Amino acid sequence: MDWNFISEYVPMYIQAAWTTLSLAFWGILLSLFIGLFCSLTLYFKVPVLKRVTAAYVELSRNTPLLVQLFFLYFGLPKIGIVISSQSCAIIGLAFLGGSYMSEALRSGLESVEKGQVEAALSVGLNQGQIVRYVILPQAVSVSVPPLCANIIFLIKETSVFSVVALADLMYVAKDLIGLYYKTDEALLLLVLSYLAILLPISIAASVLERRVRYAGFGN
Amino acid sequence: MSKTDYLLEIKNLEKSFEGGTKVLKDFSFSVQTGEVVVILGPSGCGKSTLLRCINGLEPIQAGTILLDGQSITDGKTKWSQIRQKIGMVFQSYDLFPHMTVFENILLGPLKVQGRTREEAGIAGEKLLERVGLLEKKDAYPRQLSGGQKQRVAIVRALMMEPEIMLFDEVTAALDPEMVREVLDVILELARGGMTMLIVTHEMQFARAIADRILFLDEGQIVESAAPEDFFGHPETERAQRFLNIFQFEK
Repeated sequence: MDWNFISEYVPMYIQAAWTTLSLAFWGILLSLFIGLFCSLTLYFKVPVLKRVTAAYVELSRNTPLLVQLFFLYFGLPKIGIVISSQSCAIIGLAFLGGSYMSEALRSGLESVEKGQVEAALSVGLNQGQIVRYVILPQAVSVSVPPLCANIIFLIKETSVFSVVALADLMYVAKDLIGLYYKTDEALLLLVLSYLAILLPISIAASVLERRVRYAGFGN
Repeated sequence: MSKTDYLLEIKNLEKSFEGGTKVLKDFSFSVQTGEVVVILGPSGCGKSTLLRCINGLEPIQAGTILLDGQSITDGKTKWSQIRQKIGMVFQSYDLFPHMTVFENILLGPLKVQGRTREEAGIAGEKLLERVGLLEKKDAYPRQLSGGQKQRVAIVRALMMEPEIMLFDEVTAALDPEMVREVLDVILELARGGMTMLIVTHEMQFARAIADRILFLDEGQIVESAAPEDFFGHPETERAQRFLNIFQFEK
């Protein structure tokens, strides 16, 4: 093991980790919005939209991120739509994550008892207020475990971003292996980098899950 | 004066569920201000559905419902406006589990009526005090007993300052020793002159609180009488049979 090599390239990995993290952050944030929108259209059975959403969910969940990225990065330019690597990565991750987030939130929405809506209606709340004050807070708390699992899953999925020429962790590792044949070192750094990102998030997620479970509400 | 003496009037109401089961047939009756009407009847007779129609939780197929002489079923008035005048309490309490007692009862006043936290808060504390739950103000629903939950649910409805209260089998899910504390609250409301429509299976309570008993069967009014008449000498054979269920002999 070449420790000098390792210490020399740690900064490069740190920079790549930031790339991975910032792309993951925006992709996941977008996927949460998409998921919220989709889950609400499915929950409220909005005509037409619910069909579009259902089709999207199937398409997104049943195609690999790698294929989705290829489509965005190499496919779309053929019809004149050129998107930057960063945008491709974020859009791709959001496209994939949106359906997973939607399903996670939908299970939460469906766990809210029907009586809650009727009780809210009978104090005069309107649809929007019911969603905001009564349904969503309960649904989200039920959905915390699957949402956290999705976040971790999506961060791991970012490892295919290198195919659209982004200098993320995977890209840096492959690059170093190709340049210097320092396979062990490069891979060790890669594993440690992902752990450094994901372990804290995992721990935070389980703390959050426990807190939601023991919060002053729920059954 | 076009206004009638009746607070609530129901005219020729028809209600059927999807699939065509008729629940209420050409149903008409009226409630005066301050009157306490208890609705009795075998299960499936349409009692609960009636309450739910009055509150707009169930769509109706025909007929009119008038509150204060104004139609609430013509589609012109928003239900969120009407429901502020109609308080409803459910069998399963349906408190919002993610909110404290105080947040539960303030949600409507703050978000629907736009009242200030101070003013509604004072009103809320007064009402909680009246039902003996002021010290539970900051508790979450799951920390309360069934009877306490139901009293909070009543307060939540009262907070909107309704003109009429609808009670849908509010003690049916409670342990016997908790039934009393809830019924006492309703009795006190009756003494205060609140107009109420009560669906219940508590016969003693019905007898004590009702100004009028409405006995329903198969979506129609079979008998409408003062409680002493209804329980003393029911006119119809159907009502007699129903009341016999509550008699035990060894």
